[in-house]
Amino acid sequence: MSSTQTVREPLVRIVKREGATLPKKILVRAVAILLALVVDAMFIYFVTGLNPLAVYGVMWGGTFANPTRFSWMLRDLVTLLCVGIGLAPAFKMRFWNCGGEGQILIGGLATALVMVYLGSSLPAPLLFLCMAGASLAAGALWGVIPAWFKSRWNTNETLFTLMMNYVATSIVACMTNIMRGSASSLGTLNKATKAGWFPVFMGQRYNINIIVVVVLTFAMYAYLKYSKQGYEISVVGESENTARYAGINVRRVMVRTMLISGAICGLCGFLIVAGRDQTISTTSAGGRGFTAIIVAWLAKFNTFTMALIAFLLVFLERGASEIASAYSLNQYAADIITGVILFFILGSEFFINYRVVPRGMHKEER
Amino acid sequence: MKKLLGIVLSCAMVFSMAACGATATTTTSTAASTESTGEAAAEGGNASDLKIGVILVGDETEGYSAAHIEGIKAAAAELGMSDDQIIWKYKVEESSDCADAAEDLVGQGCQAIFSNSYGHQTYMVEVAEKYPDVTFVSMTGDFAAISGLDNFKNAFTSVYESRYVSGVVAGLKLKELTESGTLTPETQPESFDADGNVKIGYVGAFSYAEVVSGYTAFYLGVKSVFPTVTMEVMYTNSWFDISKEGAAAEALVANGAVIVGQHADSTGAPAAVQKLKDGGKICYSVGYNIDMLATAPTAALTSATNVWSVYYKEAFSDIANGEPVPTDWSKGYSEGAVAITELGPECAEGTAEAVAAAEAALKDGSLHVFDTATFTVGGETVTSAPIDLTYYDYSTGTPVAVYEGETKEAITDGYFSESTLRSAPYFALRIDGIVEDAEPVA
Repeated sequence: MSSTQTVREPLVRIVKREGATLPKKILVRAVAILLALVVDAMFIYFVTGLNPLAVYGVMWGGTFANPTRFSWMLRDLVTLLCVGIGLAPAFKMRFWNCGGEGQILIGGLATALVMVYLGSSLPAPLLFLCMAGASLAAGALWGVIPAWFKSRWNTNETLFTLMMNYVATSIVACMTNIMRGSASSLGTLNKATKAGWFPVFMGQRYNINIIVVVVLTFAMYAYLKYSKQGYEISVVGESENTARYAGINVRRVMVRTMLISGAICGLCGFLIVAGRDQTISTTSAGGRGFTAIIVAWLAKFNTFTMALIAFLLVFLERGASEIASAYSLNQYAADIITGVILFFILGSEFFINYRVVPRGMHKEER
Repeated sequence: MKKLLGIVLSCAMVFSMAACGATATTTTSTAASTESTGEAAAEGGNASDLKIGVILVGDETEGYSAAHIEGIKAAAAELGMSDDQIIWKYKVEESSDCADAAEDLVGQGCQAIFSNSYGHQTYMVEVAEKYPDVTFVSMTGDFAAISGLDNFKNAFTSVYESRYVSGVVAGLKLKELTESGTLTPETQPESFDADGNVKIGYVGAFSYAEVVSGYTAFYLGVKSVFPTVTMEVMYTNSWFDISKEGAAAEALVANGAVIVGQHADSTGAPAAVQKLKDGGKICYSVGYNIDMLATAPTAALTSATNVWSVYYKEAFSDIANGEPVPTDWSKGYSEGAVAITELGPECAEGTAEAVAAAEAALKDGSLHVFDTATFTVGGETVTSAPIDLTYYDYSTGTPVAVYEGETKEAITDGYFSESTLRSAPYFALRIDGIVEDAEPVA
């Protein structure tokens, strides 16, 4: 009977929204967060039986309870942001660099090796220079291999970079196994001499991490926005054919951009090893190579927006572990709470780019 | 069980009172119980001000951390502590996350902080340096005594004792199988080597002293009741890997192992053994950490376990009473800190009696697990085993001493004295009759 019916208007239609204004964007996001909190409150109340408001308080406290926690949040933020900054040029070029994880690891491993083998023979400034140089070179190498293959034979960079992650993880596993000798685990490197550990600067060892990443944030912003190379990246990203027509050497741009992308991810490995963990393990990257994709993408490659999104992610993560700790909840339950918030925020992007028009509302039909 | 608990309780009382009471004789134990009402009140009063931080490598879904959680909760309940006196940090990696967690716990007012994974120790010690008024305990760690810090401690149960007892259980099963004619070179030829020794197997995590000490104790336990036995050890290079542990158990049984012991945290090996047994093989499993009967209802004989609550109770009461926590704590059957789980339905007749006898002998000190008369290395009886207690950094290829320790002789009075020079195991001799596979399981 339905086949003979006239085409009925669907219940809702989805219409592309052009240029939502800033207040509107903020409104959509605020509503999303509010809705997320309501859904979470239901989860908290019905599943865990706790008071949602108290749980939110604890979650807030995960970052803001005291200055120490706030400073840890900053440290985690810059680590994630650093990877995001590394991935931004690649993704802007529509080169799906899913290999951040491997680039961080290999950069971290290069740092660790320099730290261990040259730690006692080089003066501190030279040692740090070598560590940074090694991490940049290793990360760049890890980034440029897939780019070179893509530019030569048009290999799939998503798969290639993912595979490079596994290669890096295995190399790190192998090296840590060698370096631990007959001890049960590697432990902190150069524990006796502390050579290659970032010095305590303004009260914290990782203040140097923060400074380095802040500099990178400005530099990458300027590079993408104002430099000729940044412009080339965006043209290649929009359309390779246009880029070719405009006389841009696409292959060169691709290889050069991935050199930069990989190098910055490698540098992040340096910051993690020298400024945070003082050791290397297969979990040193901790999934940041993937999380940073969300950071870079959501921020549309604006490094300052990226800082905001990195803050949100770190805030949620710290909040989740604080909830798990305070209520002796399973970490998974806490992850559900933060996951819901993240889901709503990502979902709100849809409502910023599109409008939902209910049946019978024709006034904006073109 | 209730009786045992009573003994443990009164022992702990005595200990908390006398701070270093090593031997709890009957008289002191009765003295303790007469005074226990007053003592308990005082202890409860102090314990109610306690704040304890716990850093766990896993959560309740992972056997090893679950055992710690259970132990801590039991100890807290016995001391009358409330839930909010313990602050938990779950799934803390062996990275600076551990230092963060410890520092955060200090900030929340904890007087003592316990971490449960070996790799936590290098981060714990850093925070311990920073906060000399807070006690830091790195469970299973190995350099507290030589770290030069008064507030940094190690603890480890003497689990090799319960492994020995689980070996006795396995040995009796072998005896029954061979004597009843069920297991002969005709019925299962691959289970006998050229000399007629029966083969058993062991799934190990890593080739550390901790594992070597454990499998040797297990083997010696088997050998004490069934002398013609030889053991193959296969490593998984992981503490928790269900499929690898299962594969290792399968490979061991295929090589002829009749009993498969384990020092790895999953149920992979018992499950694999049960499957092979159901398929007609003669094979049994001895587990670790938890009762394996749910996984392997007929193949599981027993499991060696730690009773962590014994340690936590002692440590918590020490802190509550303002006493120092022992720097290197390691206790076994003498304090009820180790045990074996319920015996499986297919255990040989008389096993319970033999277990009780072995446990009693370990408890009163008449039996030493690593008695040098019971094993040889390269055909020779071992007379000297110097143990270097220095903590080394091996990363450059040449060992660099991080904390200098003395080299001490482990063999005294005809036995290798495990876990007395420090709490973490150090028995790493490769004795005759045990073959370690060079390659880990694929």
